Amino acid sequence: MTDVCVVGVGLHPFGRHDLALTGMAMGAAACRLALADAGLAWSEIGYAVGGSNVSGKPDTLVGVLGLTGVPFVNVRNGCATGGVALATAANAIRAGETDLALVVGFDKHARGAFAASPADYGHRDWYGETGLMVTTQFFAMKDRRYLHTHGLKDRLLAQVAAKAFRCGELNPSAWRRKAISEDEIMAARVINPPLTQYMLCSPSEGAAAVVLASGDRAADLCERPVRLAAVAKRTRRFGSFEVFAPWLPPEAGHSPSVDAARAVFAAAGVLASDVQVAQLQDTDSGAEIYHMAETGLCSDGEQQSLIDAGETAPGGRLPVNTDGGCLANGEPVGASGLRQVIDVVLQLQGRAGARQVAHGPRVGFTHVYGAPGISACTVLVA
Amino acid sequence: MIAVDPGLFSSLDPPRLAGARCVSCGAVTFPAASGCARCAGTDLARVELADHGTLWTWTVQAFEPKAPYRAPAAGFVPYGVGYVDLGDVIVESRLVGDPGEFSIGTTMRLTLLPLWPGPDGTPVVSYAFGPAGGA
Repeated sequence: MTDVCVVGVGLHPFGRHDLALTGMAMGAAACRLALADAGLAWSEIGYAVGGSNVSGKPDTLVGVLGLTGVPFVNVRNGCATGGVALATAANAIRAGETDLALVVGFDKHARGAFAASPADYGHRDWYGETGLMVTTQFFAMKDRRYLHTHGLKDRLLAQVAAKAFRCGELNPSAWRRKAISEDEIMAARVINPPLTQYMLCSPSEGAAAVVLASGDRAADLCERPVRLAAVAKRTRRFGSFEVFAPWLPPEAGHSPSVDAARAVFAAAGVLASDVQVAQLQDTDSGAEIYHMAETGLCSDGEQQSLIDAGETAPGGRLPVNTDGGCLANGEPVGASGLRQVIDVVLQLQGRAGARQVAHGPRVGFTHVYGAPGISACTVLVA
Repeated sequence: MIAVDPGLFSSLDPPRLAGARCVSCGAVTFPAASGCARCAGTDLARVELADHGTLWTWTVQAFEPKAPYRAPAAGFVPYGVGYVDLGDVIVESRLVGDPGEFSIGTTMRLTLLPLWPGPDGTPVVSYAFGPAGGA
């Protein structure tokens, strides 16, 4: 099968920006940065994929990047948008449609928690009107159930958040760049117990873009191309506990993250234990905890000892979310998955600056999870 | 009183929730669905769900959600939310009572939840669960 490599990355900083700066404009900026990083002109791109949840139709970008006639696919898969967009572009290269593809994601969300339309998720109006259709409720309830089942302490949620803000402090493009102590995180305003305000990521603004090339083009374009060894995406199965679910069956099933991670490791020919730097969906700090186990990076309950020992911090054996993740960057939904890929690529290339992990990691992993139960994972190899 | 959605209840007095059981595999859904998420069967029979169960997980909604949430006429007050294991199905629900009494495994009983006045002043209700030991 044709190799697919990342040969250029571009990130428009996440956070809160000028009201007049549109999501689309941030998307265009990220595309231009990624093209410059790859040393390519937009006219050389043979296939493009874009994702945005609320900020317009991504293919509109051709109007500002240049009307080259390039095929352009729009993706809208919630928080998993970036991973799905990347898979779509990689498959276009593998199918021989092009040697060079660009993937972009952007969003500019309103302040405050997300609001969702019941009808968009197959529910009737009562579900939203009676106050059950709130994403943060799900995060809190999945966390509580997971911590209870595996004997983990609530304080672990603060440990994960504190680590995220320490990473954000080292990342010049992060939104939240100030370290916050575990005590302060525990004592902060309660949003949905056991979660306090610093344990939940906020909707934000930003854009990310990646240029992909076939293996035979990559070596000429990039000094240190990173191979996209595999990308896999899955929807939920019967029995998994998912956001926006009025009911669950009593028989437990595993989440789409479990399926997507198993599939991506099998396709890449690497083991979860080979991963040296990872990005996991941390919409809240509990999500990082259970996603560690769902993706196979550790076993259920092992998180306490790993996190206590600092193994998931940049200096540890398995650094997770070294750019601060969603907690320190916020989540522009369409861009978030590509931000993860960019952070891991920079780590594998030794270009991550102050947050660079030591010992020259060779194998990286990314994972996104989104409503109403979808996951996409990648394995990236230096 | 009238139900916020006609599909939720098999009875309002006494309160009973309505679900559907797949004739092929026995899986129970709430609210009633037309297709089975487990076996893809399309033959589902309406069933009445148990009116008590155990708390499976829970939280409190401490901030006022954006629309389409509708706050009570007197204004938003934080409320409990949880999943209650009824045996055949685990149902998501508003919770009533003191959050200090909520813990995984607590026995919970079904009750009606007053929401807002309907167009002609008739109270509109949904369902909730509260600790069975409470009032």
